[in-house]
Amino acid sequence: MAENIIAVPVQNPPAVFTQEEIGWTPWIEPLSEGELTERHYAGLVEEARAKSAYFRLLVRDPEVLEARTKLDKDVFYNTRTGLPRVERELAATAASRFNGCIYCASVHSRLAAHHSRRKQDVQRLLDDGSEADLGERWNALVAASVALTATPPVFDNSHVERLSAAGLDELEIADVIHGAAFFNWANRLMLSLGEPTPAQ
Amino acid sequence: MSISTPDIIDLLAGVKPGSVLDRVRAQRPQTREQSQKSYLALFQPSASGDASLEERHVVASFVAGLHRYSDAFEFYAAPLEDQTDEGRLLETLKAEIGAAQAVGPYGHHPGGPLTAEDKPGSTYRVSDAGREALGPRLAAALEHAHLLVFHPRDANPRALQALFDAGWTTTGVVTLSQLISFVAFQVRVIAGLAVLASATKRAVA
Repeated sequence: MAENIIAVPVQNPPAVFTQEEIGWTPWIEPLSEGELTERHYAGLVEEARAKSAYFRLLVRDPEVLEARTKLDKDVFYNTRTGLPRVERELAATAASRFNGCIYCASVHSRLAAHHSRRKQDVQRLLDDGSEADLGERWNALVAASVALTATPPVFDNSHVERLSAAGLDELEIADVIHGAAFFNWANRLMLSLGEPTPAQ
Repeated sequence: MSISTPDIIDLLAGVKPGSVLDRVRAQRPQTREQSQKSYLALFQPSASGDASLEERHVVASFVAGLHRYSDAFEFYAAPLEDQTDEGRLLETLKAEIGAAQAVGPYGHHPGGPLTAEDKPGSTYRVSDAGREALGPRLAAALEHAHLLVFHPRDANPRALQALFDAGWTTTGVVTLSQLISFVAFQVRVIAGLAVLASATKRAVA
């Protein structure tokens, strides 16, 4: 017999891009905390992630989640060299804005704003999308992230040259590519397995 | 983990040992390793569970084809050539990819001011011939893959119920969603690094 979705209508769902702390609710059944085994906890990487319905849903395939979580952490948090954290968050925000993932954009715009102290610029990116003028370096980062997010991608040598002219070296450009590409993974999961809920 | 499996991103982006890009990737060993482990978890899983290896390769080939990325298509489709169906599955897949082409991301935003940015686009349905050749599970999987590749913001609970009705389980839907989304990530890293590699070669020349 076929399984069933668990989706219930969300009242007042977020309908604009925001830096507020909105939530997310799944449309299909996550594991309960009581069902989690050691293999599941290894897949979650951090025990605290067991509190999140999103991760308890993804942990149904713990092998994939474990690799993906470790990749996520390196792409965004390994900032000893390469692109500053804030600009990796900006790439994530730009990809999420372009794909239309209101939940992903809220989390990563908040982080971009926090690490840059440029909350209003980040809000302009949310309000106006890739047309927003955020200064050449950020404009180049946003344009590259959006070009890579298009399907098929339209990222080309002009984007590399523009990032290079804005002062990014090869490692930093590779960091932009990974930040934007990773959110083409994350956006699709967040958009298709559940939906955002209003800030509490 | 199989030692004989080459690094897929290096392979498809043409990253040569000792090149500038090889040195760039070497500075992110964890990213390189976990990208590969994500690939292995999806295509050489310890147990194929609720999605067969053939289903995984069919969907990944379709996703690569929708990105018009022929090297990745051929890479994922290669194991399907060994089928004893005289190439029928591959021919079906190529025909469906041809019929499913689009430019994304498009779709609807939630009601409110963002509706001014709504971009219309088609909802793909597998052809009758394709449905017959692929069966209900794969037909539903390809329709879902098209939604996620080109217009993910149109996703809704009914799309997941359609997968359940075609025989997918909740865990199978998680694996399928990860696979589609992973390939969307992987082709972008490959495309981006390939552009960067050619730019660095020009700079050295």
